[in-house]
Amino acid sequence: MVENVICTFCGSVCDDGQFDIEQFKSKKLCKLGSSKFSKKERIKAPMIDGKEVSYEKAIEKAAEILVNAKKPLLYGWASTVNEAIRLGVILTEKVRGIYDQCASVCHAPGTLAVIEEGLPGGSLGAIKNRADVVIFWGANPMEAHPRHGMRYSISAKGLLIKDRKQRKVIVVDVRPTKTAKLADDFIQIKPGYDYPIISALRAIISGNADVVPDEVGGVSKEKLMELAETMKNAKYGAILYGLGVTQSRGRDRNIENAVKLIQLLNRTTRWVIWPMRGHYNVVGAGEVPAWEAGYQYAIDFSRGYPRFSPAEFSAVEVLKRKDCDAALIIASDPAAHFPKAAVKHLKDIPVIQIDPFPNMTTLLANVVIPSAVAGLEAEGTAYRMDGIPLRVKKVVDSEYWSDEQILEKLLEKVEEFKG
Amino acid sequence: MHHALHIKNGIVIDPKNGVKAEKMDIFVKNGKIVEESELKGEDVKVIDATNKLVVAGGVDMHAHIAGSKMNTGRTMRPEEMRVVRNIANKFRAAIGRVLLTSPAIGYEYTKMGYTSVFEAAQPPIGALHTHEELDAIPMLDKAALPVFGNWHFVLKYVAEKEMEKLKAFIAWAIERTKGFGVKVVNPGGVEAWMYGGNVSSLDDQVPGFNVTPREIILSLIQATEELKLNHSVHLHCNRLGVPGNYETTIESIRLASKFSNDARQVLHVTHVQFNSYAGDSWRTVASGAEEIAKTVNAMDNVTIDMGQPIFGHATAMTGDAPFQFTLHRLTGSRWSNKDSEVEGGAGIVPIAYLPKNPVHALQWAIGMELGLLTDSDKVVLTTDYPNGGPFTEYPYIMAMLMSRKMREGELEKVSPFVQKASNLPAIDVEKTLEEVIHMTRSLPARILGLPNKGHLGIGADADIAIYDLDPLNVDTSNDFEKIYKTFKTAVYTIKDGIIVAKDGNLVEEYWGKTYWVDATGRVDLEAIKADLEDYFRYYSVELQNYGVEESWLKKPERIVI
Repeated sequence: MVENVICTFCGSVCDDGQFDIEQFKSKKLCKLGSSKFSKKERIKAPMIDGKEVSYEKAIEKAAEILVNAKKPLLYGWASTVNEAIRLGVILTEKVRGIYDQCASVCHAPGTLAVIEEGLPGGSLGAIKNRADVVIFWGANPMEAHPRHGMRYSISAKGLLIKDRKQRKVIVVDVRPTKTAKLADDFIQIKPGYDYPIISALRAIISGNADVVPDEVGGVSKEKLMELAETMKNAKYGAILYGLGVTQSRGRDRNIENAVKLIQLLNRTTRWVIWPMRGHYNVVGAGEVPAWEAGYQYAIDFSRGYPRFSPAEFSAVEVLKRKDCDAALIIASDPAAHFPKAAVKHLKDIPVIQIDPFPNMTTLLANVVIPSAVAGLEAEGTAYRMDGIPLRVKKVVDSEYWSDEQILEKLLEKVEEFKG
Repeated sequence: MHHALHIKNGIVIDPKNGVKAEKMDIFVKNGKIVEESELKGEDVKVIDATNKLVVAGGVDMHAHIAGSKMNTGRTMRPEEMRVVRNIANKFRAAIGRVLLTSPAIGYEYTKMGYTSVFEAAQPPIGALHTHEELDAIPMLDKAALPVFGNWHFVLKYVAEKEMEKLKAFIAWAIERTKGFGVKVVNPGGVEAWMYGGNVSSLDDQVPGFNVTPREIILSLIQATEELKLNHSVHLHCNRLGVPGNYETTIESIRLASKFSNDARQVLHVTHVQFNSYAGDSWRTVASGAEEIAKTVNAMDNVTIDMGQPIFGHATAMTGDAPFQFTLHRLTGSRWSNKDSEVEGGAGIVPIAYLPKNPVHALQWAIGMELGLLTDSDKVVLTTDYPNGGPFTEYPYIMAMLMSRKMREGELEKVSPFVQKASNLPAIDVEKTLEEVIHMTRSLPARILGLPNKGHLGIGADADIAIYDLDPLNVDTSNDFEKIYKTFKTAVYTIKDGIIVAKDGNLVEEYWGKTYWVDATGRVDLEAIKADLEDYFRYYSVELQNYGVEESWLKKPERIVI
């Protein structure tokens, strides 16, 4: 039994797992984590156009595709480790392509809000120990991050907040979720009304309740007054927001407004706000390019230096505009998640896939390179949703090459071809 | 790659070894400075340094170059990223105005003749992130100082007067974070911020703990001295950025009088400019620099660094989270905050220093006053990058320290408020070239406790900068433009005996070392085992998963004490 195994499924990155090597079975992890740590269908071997080949051959072919492309797209990265991501950024720079990562279709509006207003946040440990009020806004951790509540936010036992009784949990969402069932208070709002509701709260807290109408986005003024009062009276409050806020009407403006609400609250008490990030290292997929190239996503290197323009260089936009002539997809599945027009272009260009598991993208990839599962078969650094770094472990041996190994070789080959 | 070098006919200034502008030859082998006799039979590359200044590579002991707050700054400020410094080819693409990318940090320091830079605030739980970024900075030697002043373990041990446990904890924490020494940021104040407060004096009670900032500082100095760490306590004082704070700073500096150490200071007070304000509001604010300089000069166990603001863009980022919120409210600018577990916090706010803004001009003047009025053996040149401005403007500060004429010219451009609120216009001190070389090389190396850095004696690391300046024929008072230009771009920067830059062009990508200090042999770690296990229930990571292993670093250099 291996102790303190670090789970590489969701952004919670639980680090207290156990893994029974003989039975190939994890303990203590949630259903989602356990499934990642169980035997699953794998891509059997490297392939070129469906034919099995050696790693060396597949990597050589991949390098050839990248070097021959005028502007390749290198996309994914959220489910691999920083060591691989760093090589990916350098590789993108080398081939003068476009680096983009999964956040561009999920939490990137939050990054835009950081640019507008900043991000007054705190680590999950700060929330666990101090928060007497936690609001989940458009987020449903009980289903997306099943152990989040127990470890960090709902029933977590903190130093100053001892148990669930001392913590008030509020859910704001468009429908009653599993998390809402655990909350002290559930505020159901009309879809797309996050922005006006946040504005109403700001008005009430800044002493302008008179401008708030009797009802905003399906919530009565009375209820909003009550929520504002709870927020003002919190000793240490946290808003944890999900895709319900970033991907509904208003997008980045919703979060910008929420950050302004947090700024206001901090004049009289303490509040933090933080996104509930999805994949286990989607944070790293933004942090690594930020220190290597200055930006978190949607980065174009075609001029030999990085440029950032989300409406131009994010993967969906690039594909829809047919502005890339090859793609390397790693640790993600755009064929299953991108709009039809974007996927159509992916079908038309040479695609290289690096992933442990077959998915929709495998079906359209010309070169498929299977990799080891990080956290189980390979080690490396991942950043939990709050940016806390953890070194995920290698628990079992594997024949598969790690992402890091594959990219190292690929970078080497590209350098060789470019001369 | 590792040539032996013969640097011929240079004019050497090496304050540590008492070399004052002497024509000398320097010999290098295997990354070290050696006697000429050692080069027999070697393939020697000769560098002609005739009439050129030869000095040790620059040592920056206090800059923010890596870690989550730096990266949050980059994320928050894409406008900082439009300056292109290097296009990808043999070297990495490098961009950034004041906030640089990691490759750009390595390259720009190198072009300027700097070879070692210390990250001055590492959140302990984020240590791995800091090291990942340090490992992405080419060329330089590096290290990081973990932050202790608001960590619950520290508050607990100080309150309980458990000195042995405090020492064991510090040794444990520095080993786990692969850190270099003890950084303290606004002791007690950041914990108070967790409930919206701050501390306003050295004797305020820290909420939830029976301790005061005074007790925290004294205990950490005592523990650091008893552990005999290379570097002393590195203190960012309480009440940063508040008019009237110079009194708190002086009180904090005087805490060092209880201690002594023959090899180095027992307290280094950092970016003192931000803690040198007299008056009681921004209307009545004035310089308290003279009093602070007097206090430091009168003590033999305290050093400071300037934290000189540079007019133009900057980004405030410190572990002093409550100050950052104050700054956000003051400027209305964007604000990021980072509360971390039970360890401390941080904040990030963009700022621009404007010459016509009375407060900014005063800050600029105070930085200069500190640099001029403090003994050159006790004050290090810094901008607290990127808080006071870019490190690339160090040559501006060097030239200003050496030339009253230059200062007079600059004073004409700034708010006249400076004339009445500071003494800068009346100061006629002009530092010598040797003093300025000391303030940027030998002194920071001594303060950090790195005997092989900052000088050119036999056995020193072959970190060398050669500048196109003949110290025997330069009038530093009048030729300030030449001084500025010269120190902007070294003719040669040599790191570990390898030529890494020449005439402002990068020559070879090289990876420096990361120093870390291992003091675990001096303590009984068993003494804190139960406390660690108990307290880690309040962490969000397991004790076994906390920290950084040496093998995860690119080029670690363990210093065992």
